[in-house]
Amino acid sequence: MGNRCAVIGVGQTRYTTKRRDVSIAGLVREAALRALEDAGLTFKDIDAVVVGKAPDLFEGVMMPEAYLADALGAAGKPMMRVHTAGSVGGSTALVGASLVQGGVHDRVLVVAFEKQSESNATWALSTHLPFNASLVVGAGGYFAPHIREYMRRTGAPDHIGTLVAVKDRLNALKNPYAHLRIPGIDRAMVESTPMLWEPIRYLETCPSSDGACAMVLASESAVTGTPAWVHGTAMRSEPIFRAGRDTVNPQGGKDCAADVYRQAGVTDPRRQIDVAEVYVPFSWYEPMWLENLGFAAEGEGWKLTESGATALDGDIPWNASGGVLSSNPIGASGLIRFAEAALQVRDMAGEHQVDGARLALGHAYGGGAQFFAMWIVGRERP
Amino acid sequence: MRDVAIVAFAQTEHTASDSGQSEPELILPVIEEVKERTGLRRFGFTCSGSCDYLAGAPFSFVSALDALGAWPPISESHVEMDGAWALYEAWVRLQHGDVDTALVYGFGKSSLGDLRSIMTLQLDPYYLAPLGLDQVSFAALQAAAVRADRAELDAIVRRSRAAGRDNPYALDLPDELTDAVAPSRASDVAPSRASDVVPSRASDVVPSRASDVVPSRASDVVPSRASDVVPSRVSDIEPLRASDVAPITDGAAAVVLAAGDAVAELCARPAYIRGIAHRIEPHYLGMRDLARSASAADAARAAGVGKGPVEVAELHTQFAHEEIILRRALELPADTVVNPSGGPLAANPVMAAGLIRIGAAAARIHDGTASRTVGHAAGGPCLQHNLVTVLEG
Repeated sequence: MGNRCAVIGVGQTRYTTKRRDVSIAGLVREAALRALEDAGLTFKDIDAVVVGKAPDLFEGVMMPEAYLADALGAAGKPMMRVHTAGSVGGSTALVGASLVQGGVHDRVLVVAFEKQSESNATWALSTHLPFNASLVVGAGGYFAPHIREYMRRTGAPDHIGTLVAVKDRLNALKNPYAHLRIPGIDRAMVESTPMLWEPIRYLETCPSSDGACAMVLASESAVTGTPAWVHGTAMRSEPIFRAGRDTVNPQGGKDCAADVYRQAGVTDPRRQIDVAEVYVPFSWYEPMWLENLGFAAEGEGWKLTESGATALDGDIPWNASGGVLSSNPIGASGLIRFAEAALQVRDMAGEHQVDGARLALGHAYGGGAQFFAMWIVGRERP
Repeated sequence: MRDVAIVAFAQTEHTASDSGQSEPELILPVIEEVKERTGLRRFGFTCSGSCDYLAGAPFSFVSALDALGAWPPISESHVEMDGAWALYEAWVRLQHGDVDTALVYGFGKSSLGDLRSIMTLQLDPYYLAPLGLDQVSFAALQAAAVRADRAELDAIVRRSRAAGRDNPYALDLPDELTDAVAPSRASDVAPSRASDVVPSRASDVVPSRASDVVPSRASDVVPSRASDVVPSRVSDIEPLRASDVAPITDGAAAVVLAAGDAVAELCARPAYIRGIAHRIEPHYLGMRDLARSASAADAARAAGVGKGPVEVAELHTQFAHEEIILRRALELPADTVVNPSGGPLAANPVMAAGLIRIGAAAARIHDGTASRTVGHAAGGPCLQHNLVTVLEG
């Protein structure tokens, strides 16, 4: 994995349905300036900028990095634009880290965003010809059958999804940047909301958010402030239409986790990792990814959720920030996971800080559960 | 930095109109070709470049994985940029030292939509896009700033087309610049859609698809291959003429990078990347001196273009006047041969054309006809973003 790399600055915008007060450029600049402030740096100290976001059709701006160059202080520097579907936020962090690990740059600004109020993401995600015949509406329509298959395989009881929806929203109440902050959230409230895609109810889905997240990444010699050290990075992709592909427990996710664990020396993720920020856009993806990422044996993930182990006061907190279920500017959601993992090991997560977190996992997935991006960050230098 | 070399390059026989192939179908043969040439079936890293807007639907790169046969799952990433930047990302990844091979590809079908107006959507959506200027109008502003001589521009186009006719992968475009007719009335200027074009003579007709071609005389349209129709959907926007504009093209390209011991095993005459760098400039045209390209000059210096002779330079010139700007910015010696492949003026598969420049520059080292070459790629309106790489045998 090359030279050492650390996160030295994190910046987020408050996630919300519509940011009417800022342009797209204003939104990304807000996150970037906060990340620079956290690192005690300015745009002048940055060598290169990496921008990530999900499909350009969300905002109707094609390859918007050209337009954002000015707002992100990139003029005169190298600038890149990453797009790997829903995992793009994670991939953006990894491309930025790669520039440091490869010895090309000392300080890289990575920024991911989505301003979903510019369009309707559900229809933008209902892909049509020429790529495939449209059989579903939105991401929920695509993933609901995979969830039902998970329930069939494992015999998980119906209320597991509800537990995740409540837990993540309780965490969100402790995160000032979270979009959905619902006082009094409980099982009855979730179960009273309409069924959207069986078995996913309205409050078991992620919101559609405007927001941006940014990080400053640095080489060892360029570290300022409090670093979160990168202990491992990995990406995996698999073809969406491969016959025999297990969409419930994808091989790409397992391989990606195995790769990042090997780099970080993790053999028992549940015991060794202190906190995980995992891309859970629909409640049931927590138990599914608990198994895919090796935190629970196959068929046992839902039991871990039911036991409360993944709650903020459990032995392996998942999505202490409230996760994707509480804030979802799609292109930024992966980067937020990676950034929240870094905040935890820097002991800077505020009210949702997991006490004594030393090693954290950031995870993102995208496409038809076929693109994976992960990193492990730690308090100690690797 | 770790020595990384281009060990294989393949491209499609580019077409000026939709051949009916989907994007994965375009990619599959070139991926197979570089796999066959190197004998590699798996790569340490894979990266691609494409643009959803060309197809008008999200996730154009997702189906491409089916063409790759990405199983078992692969370590892979994607840039929403020309494939040249995918090559850059792969080059960076190979610097880590833990993997030795990378597959890079880029693809695009600009025949599916109206590229000139689609490119307008790349502009600042608040202050620039609403002005409605299309890509050619923007380029015309730059051409005006350069004050290029008409004879010089025509010579660049003729030279590029002649080279393209000798290149089996490029389009066969005629030597005669018959489409370069100055507009006679203001109302003829700047149609944004093909349907807006009201030609005054049959020979002015610029068909966008093979099926649109209804020549009134056989001599009006003489494509040498069925796929090669005249560049489409552009009429003159002063000082640009239609012939100054790169043709609408569909196509794909793939490159294999290698490092360490793998280089010698995979290629008899590898093209080593001695320098590679890219820079972006401010987006707003008013912030730049359009007659110059500061970002191309900076990238060329960082890549070390001037550290030796340059026998061949493949430049991503989507408009004839860009060659003049880039030649100056890269400080290319007078004896450097520019775009012997014909360049984008002879075939411009958007999102692959920059990668093809690097591949074509590498091919001259692979075949032993050059020992030091330069590949260049550009992005954004009016050469906003430039990437330069120096290759040596």
